[in-house]
Amino acid sequence: MSTPVARSVPAAIRSVLARDRWALAGTVTVVVIGLVAIFADVLTAIEGHDPYTYDSTALDPATGLPAGVLGGVSGEHWFGVEPLTGRDLFAIVVHGARTSFLIGLAATLVSIGLGVLIGAAAGYLGGWVDRVITWSADVFLGFPYLVFMIALGAVVPVEFPRALLLIVVIGFFGWPSTARIVRAQVLTLKERNFVKAARTLGASPWQVFRAELLPNLWGPVLVMATLSVPGKVGLEAALSFLGVGVLPPTPSWGRSISSAIEWVAVDPAYLLFPGLALFAVTWGFNALGDGLRDALDPRLGAKR
Amino acid sequence: MALVLLVVAFCTFVVFYLVPSDPALLACGKPCTPENLALAREFMGFDEPWWQQFVTFLTGIFTGRTFGTGATAIHCAAPCFGYSFQQNADVLELIGARLPVTFSLAVGSAVLWVVVGVAVGVYAALHKDTWFDRAALAGSVIGVSAPVYLVGLLGILVLGFQLDVVPVGNYTEFSEDPVRWAWGLVLPWCVLAFAHGAHYVKLTRTQMLETMSEDYIRTARAKGVPERAVVGKHALRNVLLPVVTLTGIEFGALLGGAVITERVFSLPGLGGLLIDAVHSRDLPTLLGCTLFAGFLVVVANAVVDLSYGVLDPRARLT
Repeated sequence: MSTPVARSVPAAIRSVLARDRWALAGTVTVVVIGLVAIFADVLTAIEGHDPYTYDSTALDPATGLPAGVLGGVSGEHWFGVEPLTGRDLFAIVVHGARTSFLIGLAATLVSIGLGVLIGAAAGYLGGWVDRVITWSADVFLGFPYLVFMIALGAVVPVEFPRALLLIVVIGFFGWPSTARIVRAQVLTLKERNFVKAARTLGASPWQVFRAELLPNLWGPVLVMATLSVPGKVGLEAALSFLGVGVLPPTPSWGRSISSAIEWVAVDPAYLLFPGLALFAVTWGFNALGDGLRDALDPRLGAKR
Repeated sequence: MALVLLVVAFCTFVVFYLVPSDPALLACGKPCTPENLALAREFMGFDEPWWQQFVTFLTGIFTGRTFGTGATAIHCAAPCFGYSFQQNADVLELIGARLPVTFSLAVGSAVLWVVVGVAVGVYAALHKDTWFDRAALAGSVIGVSAPVYLVGLLGILVLGFQLDVVPVGNYTEFSEDPVRWAWGLVLPWCVLAFAHGAHYVKLTRTQMLETMSEDYIRTARAKGVPERAVVGKHALRNVLLPVVTLTGIEFGALLGGAVITERVFSLPGLGGLLIDAVHSRDLPTLLGCTLFAGFLVVVANAVVDLSYGVLDPRARLT
């Protein structure tokens, strides 16, 4: 129980993928949707539509509903079209993947980065630094962040780039849970001989962090990061769903699902495609994260 | 506890009042002459520096506030959490009017998900590797990954429209007709319970498996305690500790989740109030809602701390 990391990170990932079918399926899902997000422009070029152009010819003129079955699915429009506007749903979903991944991954980077730095500082420095940080983390965990984010969406001017705002806000509110786990890890690492030796040789806290602590934190950090991506992706979708996320016409799964509410009785396919995409990403990251956690840090697994 | 609330209030206040948006400009009407604008600012108390407004806001909670003077003055009785000039109403009254809906939604689904989640988790752990266990695990994986609004919309689509077994989108006051109240909330309750209960199934199952391999369980069995009592008296108590912690955290955060659920099921609760306030830039209402949500979180945490004492004698204050 003295070593927090059972084996090296790449070896653990390989063994997870070889052994755990769910983790493998999750990884494949994440990689596929990640590639879709990266090559969104190429894919929509192949299909021949962009997510912004209105096309009334794809609609039933009497009702505004997509012409044809399943929300207008055809060789022309692979996922059908949006009711009332006739915008191509495949292009919207594919570009929505880009929005989700960009905001989800960047916000995770922000929150994990902050959490590791703050948590390591609390654990390694101790004393009043530790007390202030632990107290702040408690306050932050008691902060009604979703309500606050919704309210913030109303007061921040439209000119401020929305994606950046979401990354900063979602990322910022994520640090306390990471910091707590990192702090606990650092508290045990601090007493190990190699850290004591480095300190005795006169290494500064920053040097100890870089050279001694960080290499031993990669495992748990990777698990936390993987498991926190779906929450961040979901938060972006939820805020866009409520109309305070990314602004139209930037495609977002959450906003598409939100507009699908009014059409769910007559055009369920409009809900299906963005909904499935969101579910797939969330599930993929969860499955991969669970597998990594079991392989890298059994103790983290027992807690949750 | 009060300190946490004060910090929440302070952060919210600073952020809301430092961003460039002027509530007085919205209230002043068109065309807005500089004199009218100054008058509106003075009336609302926005002519003071922001820190002084914060102090005024805080004292207002204890003493009440009066906006303006003379015949047009508006009085906001203590505890005054602000006054919405757009809706011409006390923010606390606005919250109070919407609270029963959100409260019905939250309490009903919380009871459902804790009871069902724990029961399924315990049963799955006791029958590890049977079909029930695997089905429970698969169901909880879906529940954890599917966003609540997606499950809600699918529920409306399948149960509400296709099969037409549950009502969609009408809320009846409890005092008016308790049966219709419950019937109208059945779908939202089940949807929220499915999304949240998934965590409880996972948590309870893991915890139960761990507890059942403890020495004291073996001892209890060895001295001839019936299996029912072993599970009910010895194991369950220890399993409930983390469950209570999670319930406290989730219940506090439920207001945020309720915003989404209420939008899906078009329920006239606090979420609707918040979203309307966002669209009309009604700052006092936004501030009031955020503070109220913070208050709920703090209270939920306090209740969790107290319930530890009941469940775990070691945590009792001497």
